[in-house]
Amino acid sequence: MEVIKVEGLGKRFFIGGVHTKFRTARDAISDAFIAPFKRAAALLRGHATGAAELNESMWAFRNVSFSVNQGEVVGLVGKNGAGKTTMLKVLSRITEPTEGSIEIRGRVGSLLEVGTGFHPELTGRENVFLNGAILGMRKTEIDKRFDEIIEFAEIGKFIDTPVKHYSSGMYVRLAFAVAAHLEPEILIVDEVLSVGDAAFQRKCLGKMGDVASSGRTVLFVSHNMAAVTQLCSRALLLEDGTVAMDGKPHEVVAAYLSRGVENQAEWLNPSPDSDSEVEVLAIRIRDAQDALQPVVNFKDPFQVELEYEVREPMRGVSMAFQILDSQGVVIWTSEDTDTPHVRDRMIMEPGTYVSTCHVPAGVLRPGRYFVNTGAHIPGVRIITGHQQVLAFDISSVGFDMPGGRQGVLAPKLDWDFRAVRSPEPVPEPQL
Amino acid sequence: MAVAETYMEAGPDPANRVLRIEPSKGWSHLQLGEVWAFRELLYFLTWRDIKVRYKQSVLGAAWAIIQPVISMVVFTLIFSVLAGLESDGQDYRIWNITALVPWTFFANGLTNASNSLVGSQNLIKKIYFPRLVIPSASVLAGLVDFCLAFLIVLAMMPFFDVAYSIRLLTLPAFLGVAFMIALGMGLWLSALNVQFRDVRFTVPFLVQLWMYSTPIVYEFSSLSKLEARYGFTPETIEALGLVWALNPMVGVVEGFRWAVGVGPVGAAFPWQLLLVSGMSAALIFVGGMFYFRRMEKTFADVV
Repeated sequence: MEVIKVEGLGKRFFIGGVHTKFRTARDAISDAFIAPFKRAAALLRGHATGAAELNESMWAFRNVSFSVNQGEVVGLVGKNGAGKTTMLKVLSRITEPTEGSIEIRGRVGSLLEVGTGFHPELTGRENVFLNGAILGMRKTEIDKRFDEIIEFAEIGKFIDTPVKHYSSGMYVRLAFAVAAHLEPEILIVDEVLSVGDAAFQRKCLGKMGDVASSGRTVLFVSHNMAAVTQLCSRALLLEDGTVAMDGKPHEVVAAYLSRGVENQAEWLNPSPDSDSEVEVLAIRIRDAQDALQPVVNFKDPFQVELEYEVREPMRGVSMAFQILDSQGVVIWTSEDTDTPHVRDRMIMEPGTYVSTCHVPAGVLRPGRYFVNTGAHIPGVRIITGHQQVLAFDISSVGFDMPGGRQGVLAPKLDWDFRAVRSPEPVPEPQL
Repeated sequence: MAVAETYMEAGPDPANRVLRIEPSKGWSHLQLGEVWAFRELLYFLTWRDIKVRYKQSVLGAAWAIIQPVISMVVFTLIFSVLAGLESDGQDYRIWNITALVPWTFFANGLTNASNSLVGSQNLIKKIYFPRLVIPSASVLAGLVDFCLAFLIVLAMMPFFDVAYSIRLLTLPAFLGVAFMIALGMGLWLSALNVQFRDVRFTVPFLVQLWMYSTPIVYEFSSLSKLEARYGFTPETIEALGLVWALNPMVGVVEGFRWAVGVGPVGAAFPWQLLLVSGMSAALIFVGGMFYFRRMEKTFADVV
């Protein structure tokens, strides 16, 4: 049965000029006086034909049509700014569409952020009820699930402590626990699985898996391609404001990953002036001779170099990168603090740093790989993260394994060989 | 759960109801049914505002009492002792505080409601619910302060020989009018505040002017001084009084004084005044609701 039907949906934002973030009355009044002259001037120059051209606007997406059947778990993938989050906001009625229509059959719960409406002065218990109500749960429902929620969050005796005294990890766990116990027929979820530490993320993924297998309809935005291929039964690729592809998750993911990112040895952060305390400026793949190298031979070692800026004195920061295969499966995550002398660095003063990881030869099998990078304080919070910023190839030069070998990795491991029991000497034929 | 009540085909099984989302144009329905569906959220937001209000303050809820009491002391010194203003033949202190308590409820409710949407932008951008519950919760939360403050009025009455009478039972009606004005104005201002942050600076000023245009520190009947000073006829003055009652807080304040029993000595129930004020309050309230609904759809994009 069709539970979501989207037809010709479009959402336009006004940017710059008149419809900036907020206006003062003075701006509005001066605009009111100036705009007609501007318009007249533009008309005279032949630049504009009406008011619309003057207020610069941008379509987040347009002409989007798709439908979702009951029980489908649909992943929305696409680059940052492709309109995924806006689409979820329109679907969950936070903002109105500019054109088109949506028909939804069933109760909708949306989860665009964990911990929406948490108040620092209230206790964990009070926030569970407040947040539950905000997410649309009835008080009786929350009462019924309260113990489950607390157990899932692993908060224990701190439940009656104001959440402002919580560690960020506890805060996030409690927030996700409430959200995880929402039980609408249709669940709309934005990138919320990227919170907390690895163990908790696994738990969240498990919970999402339960939801997905319980026959509920889920619409799910994520940058975690492995999660999309694992959890979803279908995926939509949003590109340039339209649905560029609709199909099996692994096909869509592969298409998405290979699209856009050309293989390149260097990624320079296009917006290095973010407001995070630590920001990755660049990531590079270098061969053993320190040359930038988008194609690495299987038989050669290579280096992954992270250049980053620390804006505030920071303690306990770990710089990390992930290698993903063409299906978006994370092959490994490596952090500079894995090395003892890096781990023991004390406070990092503001400045620009480089952390380099040396990857031995003969580990990754020939093929295409993607790199994620970011900074976090392990178990506490993620400071910054960038997905699939780089693609590189491992060439088969030196890949001398007959038969190709199955497996995600093709490491050349050390083998030993000895005889345990010598075969009986073949008796000489008695003549 | 969330939007069940707004489904077009209301059926017993919410799973089979269809919700249609489309761009809306111009003025739209109030959809009060939806607000009703979210009453638990309204309850929780009100409860949050109450709980959080006096956290980390030494005097806590005592502030609800301190505000009107200190104002009463200062106003009595300035306007009664020094300026010698009349107070309808009643003791200035009880007469003044009876008006100050509903006024404080109104002024705080209006101020909090005006800033409520901007203060809750995080909610607005991340989750759907009828936005009406946000300013409503801010005004509702003030009821607790009002009740505390009104206990002081009740406690003061015997000291000023004001008898407890059956009229006190009419107070909820006047309080309801004050609520409508506070929320109605709050709806206008909070929606405007989303677009024009100027509102934040305007509200304290507005509240101050509004207070002096309401007979709180002086009598409503001081209008009759115009007769001696400018030769107005009694009929003109009566008409002017009704025009004045378009400021609905005039009706609320006079209503409170009547109900407590500190109104003009020997005067009848000021029903004409209350009628005008009541209608004006209703107009502000309903207008605010429609304006708010109209602007609501842009909140998440603009705030």
